Amino acid sequence: MALAEKHRAEIQAILAKYPPEHKRSAVMGLLYLAQREYGYLDRQAITEVGDLLNLEPTEVGSLIGFYTLYHDRPGPTYRLQVCTDLPCALRGAEHFARELRRSLGVAGNEPPTDGEFVIEEVKCLAACDRVPVFQLQEPEGIHYYESQTIETALAVVEEIRGRTANG
Amino acid sequence: MAEPIVLRHRTLPGLDRLTAYRENGGYQAFEKAVRSQAPEAVIQLVKDSGLRGRGGAGFPTGVKWSFLTPGVFPRYVVANADESEPGTFKDREIMERNPFQFLEGVAICAYAAQANVAYVYCRGEFWDLTGELDRKIAELERAGLLGERLFGTDYSLRIHTHLGAGAYICGEETALLESLEGKLGQPRLRPPFPAAEGLYGKPTVVNNVETLANLPPILERGADWYRSVGTKQSPGTKVFSLSGHVERPGNVELPLGTTFRELIFEHGGGIPGGKAIKAILPAGASAPILPAADDVLDSGMDYESLAALGSALGSASIIVLDETVNIAWAESKITDFFEHESCGKCTPCREGTYWMKHILGRLMGGEARSEDIGLLESVGSGIRGKCLCALGDFAALAVTSGIERFGTDFEIHAVNGR
Repeated sequence: MALAEKHRAEIQAILAKYPPEHKRSAVMGLLYLAQREYGYLDRQAITEVGDLLNLEPTEVGSLIGFYTLYHDRPGPTYRLQVCTDLPCALRGAEHFARELRRSLGVAGNEPPTDGEFVIEEVKCLAACDRVPVFQLQEPEGIHYYESQTIETALAVVEEIRGRTANG
Repeated sequence: MAEPIVLRHRTLPGLDRLTAYRENGGYQAFEKAVRSQAPEAVIQLVKDSGLRGRGGAGFPTGVKWSFLTPGVFPRYVVANADESEPGTFKDREIMERNPFQFLEGVAICAYAAQANVAYVYCRGEFWDLTGELDRKIAELERAGLLGERLFGTDYSLRIHTHLGAGAYICGEETALLESLEGKLGQPRLRPPFPAAEGLYGKPTVVNNVETLANLPPILERGADWYRSVGTKQSPGTKVFSLSGHVERPGNVELPLGTTFRELIFEHGGGIPGGKAIKAILPAGASAPILPAADDVLDSGMDYESLAALGSALGSASIIVLDETVNIAWAESKITDFFEHESCGKCTPCREGTYWMKHILGRLMGGEARSEDIGLLESVGSGIRGKCLCALGDFAALAVTSGIERFGTDFEIHAVNGR
């Protein structure tokens, strides 16, 4: 029960949002916590979260495939996700995503450029007036980068690579 | 431009600080309601104002509240902040820049519903914003504006945020409730509606962020004042999210009934590069596409006028397409979206969006078969009206309205294919 011991206060704070008889509601918050701790949600993480809520591993596990922000296998630490949905595409986001990949020497939809980092395309981020926009998914959370240029995006990538090299 | 009701931070800088919000009258409406107004009186006032739900359906807000099953407690209020409709980015601006007006609206709604707990369901991508809302809620508790026995009365209220994890369907109110209960975000069969059996089976109000942000000004200034803005059947203002081929994309708050022409050409600065406007998606991905003919451009943007045009106002995310856009391509992008976001519960939607995506993929890839356009229409009619929620209908209507209104854009691909 690594999570239960290591993050007791945070787990209590998540559980306290919901009526005690409906603590299943805390599952999404606890999955985020487990993902932050372990990097992704494997059987062990799922079982730990289930034990905190008296849920079967299958009940917890089914959520991971359904919600796109949970990851069930080891992956890059940083996901730079460019929105290329219709409103963004009309303002050049597909071109931006291609150019960004080219600048980084990544072909097509090929996944990670290195073990720590990947560029992906995602659906609408609710930022259609500040195109190009991407979100950065990282262990500590999700952050928006709006009204980007190739130069500013490359600076973000460099900053990430600096972090992973030092870390 | 008319005086903003929701985007008041545009004229009152610093409104995201509680002191500034209170200096501008903030929390007087909530305090007055809790101290001296019966919950029923608040519901009646909101009914009288004619406020309609801003999340897409346009259902009268006060009427929705009045459906709460009498005498059953606890009750819950849920703010729908799962803003995910392509082209919609208004709730985000409201919560980021005018958060206390939104949170006061949540509190007023909770008081009217006699709920002691309210949840703000934010899409998972709003991670930073949700953290900021948590800090604002804590500040309100310290200021005695949330918590136990408010203003010396018996009324108590707690507000909690709940972070989603990437699923468009959770913007549908019953899917949202399932998700909030810790389950897959899949729509419920209705009835029962949430007002009868919502969160944890208890009477629940689910309202959109913009709807809730309208409440403090309505309580402060009255129903007659609110009805003096907008049209008779669609009172008040609307935050229009303007995107696509316009010079100045962004949120614009205007009275309901303002014309497309004024929004796009005056506030949006027109079409870049001197190009002609070709089409308008008036509700993001979720309403039939409209050719940008004069009768459409001169139509008012309100619930009734859009229905009369054969489309819908929805959440009023206006996506503008110029003459260079092939509509089959635009609809294929929209279909990709719906195929990705279909929750998988209803077979016609799950399978139908998958088939439409692949047929449109053939069309766009130059491999169309002669029967493909007919096949798209057939799959569309196989989805429409056969699913628990509106996602399937939206996906089908996007494609069939595109074919009906811009047929040649599809035929070009079909003819050029092999």
